[in-house]
Amino acid sequence: MTDLALPARVRRLRRPGSAGTTVAVVVLAGVVAAALLAPVLWPLDQSAVDLSRTRLAPSADNLAGTDDLGRDVALRSLYGLRVSLLVGAVAALVAAVIGGLVGALAGSVGGWVDRALMRVVDTVAALPHLLLGIFIVAMLRPSLGAVIASIALTHWLSTARIVRSELLSLRNRPFVDAAISGGASRARVLTRHLLPHVLPRLALATTLMVPHAVWHETALSFLGLGLPPHLASIGNMINDGQRSLLTGAWWASIVPGLLLVAATLALAVLTGRWRDRLDPRVRAELQL
Amino acid sequence: MTVTAPDATDAVAPGAAPAAGLAAHQVSVAYGRQRVLDRVDLRIAPGETVGLRGPSGSGKSTLARVLALLHAPDSGHLTLDGSPVRGARHRLPASVRTRVAILFQSPRAATDPRLSLADIVAEPLRATGTPREQAAARTAELADLVGLTTDLLTRRPHAVSDGQLQRACLARALVHRPDYLLCDEATAMLDASTQAHVAAVIGDYQRRQGAGVLVITHDPALMARWATRVVDLPAA
Repeated sequence: MTDLALPARVRRLRRPGSAGTTVAVVVLAGVVAAALLAPVLWPLDQSAVDLSRTRLAPSADNLAGTDDLGRDVALRSLYGLRVSLLVGAVAALVAAVIGGLVGALAGSVGGWVDRALMRVVDTVAALPHLLLGIFIVAMLRPSLGAVIASIALTHWLSTARIVRSELLSLRNRPFVDAAISGGASRARVLTRHLLPHVLPRLALATTLMVPHAVWHETALSFLGLGLPPHLASIGNMINDGQRSLLTGAWWASIVPGLLLVAATLALAVLTGRWRDRLDPRVRAELQL
Repeated sequence: MTVTAPDATDAVAPGAAPAAGLAAHQVSVAYGRQRVLDRVDLRIAPGETVGLRGPSGSGKSTLARVLALLHAPDSGHLTLDGSPVRGARHRLPASVRTRVAILFQSPRAATDPRLSLADIVAEPLRATGTPREQAAARTAELADLVGLTTDLLTRRPHAVSDGQLQRACLARALVHRPDYLLCDEATAMLDASTQAHVAAVIGDYQRRQGAGVLVITHDPALMARWATRVVDLPAA
C-alpha cells in the first residue's frame, strides 16, 4: 500500500516524529530536566527575601523578573514545578492503584460485589471533587501528603470504571472461556489472561491523569490549602502574583502559569499519541 | 447416520439409572427475556459423535457452552457420567472442567494475542501445575499430531493463518485428554484441506481415547461424514 493511500491521521502517525510530538518531547524533557536539576545547578534559599529588588521586570539578571518579596520568579517557578510534577505523578499513581484494585475486584468477581462497589463509585462521583478535595485537605491539615491524598482519593473513580469495563468486556471472551475450560484458577485467569490486557489502558489513564492532578494541586495551593506559603509551588506563586498583577508586574503569576501550561500540554500531547498507538484499529493500519 | 429431535432420543426416563456420558436434562437458558434454550435434552455417549444442527439463533452455541461447563443453565441440569454437575466455570473444580474441552469457531477470538502458539497449547498444563519440562514435551507431541512446526510454535496468533491457529486450538483442547470434545463450528473458517486434517485428528483421538464428540456445523457433507447421530435443535 502506498503511503498516500493511508488516511491523513495515520500518515501523520507513521512519520517517525511529527512536529507536534518533537516539540512536546523537547519541551517536556527540557522543563523536567531543568526542574530536576535546579537544586544542583541553582541552589535556592526558599525563605530568603530581598526587599531592595521587588517587582523587577524580566532582565538578564532575572530572566522572569522578581516578585513582591524580591525573589527570582524563574527559579522559583522551576522549584514550584518540581513540587507540582511530584504531587501530580504520585497522586496519579496512588489513584491508579486504588482505582485499579476496585475495578479489578468489581470486574472479575461481578455480582453483588460489583454492584456494591459501583454504587460507592457513583456516590463519590456525585460529589464535586474539588470541594471533596478541599474537605480532605482540611481534615488532614495542609501538607504535601494531604494534597496527594486529597487528589488520589478524588481521582480513582475513572480508573476503577476503566478497569472494570475492560474486565467485563474480556471475561466472557472465548480465549478466557478456553482458559477456564483448561483448568485455570480464578487468580490465574485474572493475572495471566485479563490484567495484561488491561494494564496498557490503566497506564494510559494514569498518565492522562498526571496533568489533571498537577492542575488540581495548583488549585489547592492557590486556595491556600497546599504547601506553606514560603515554599515555591506553582499554585502559591500564582496566588502571590495576583497582588503584583494590579501593579503591572504580570510576570510574577504569568510565568509560573505558562511553565505549567507548557509542561502539562506537552505531557497531554505525548499521552494522546500513545493512546493512538494503543488503538487496535490504528495499530493495524500502522502495522505495529 | 440417524436424525432425531433432541427430546426423542436424549431424554432419560424418570427413575432410570443414569447412563455414562455428558448429558443435558431439560436445560433452559434465557438472556434477559429472550429464551434461547427451552427444556432441551441431549446426551453424548462415550465414543459417539453427535451432530447438532439447527437454524441460526436456535441456541446451538449456547448449548455447547452449557455442555462445556461454561454457562450454568437457568433450569434443568447436567450430568457427567451419571454424576450431577452443579454450577459452571470456577464453581467447578479444575478436575471436572478439564474433562470437557471446547473448540470455538473463531481461533482468533479463542486465543490470547500476547502468547506464542507454544504457550497457548501449554497454558492448560501450566495452569494445572504441570512442570515446565513435561508441559513442553506434551506440547511438542501435540504439535506433531496437529501438524504445527517448531517455527510456527514460536509465533504469535497475528503471525499465523486461521487454519494454523485452529490447529493450535485443537492441540490445546486435547492437551488434558478430555473425555468429551465439543466443536462449535470449529471448521467453518478453515480451507478444505485444513478442515479434513482437523476432522481426521479429532476422529483419530476419539477412536484411541473413546471420547464423546459433539459437532455443530452448517455443512451437511461434513455432518454426514462425521456424525454418527444428528440431533436437530428447533428454533427457539
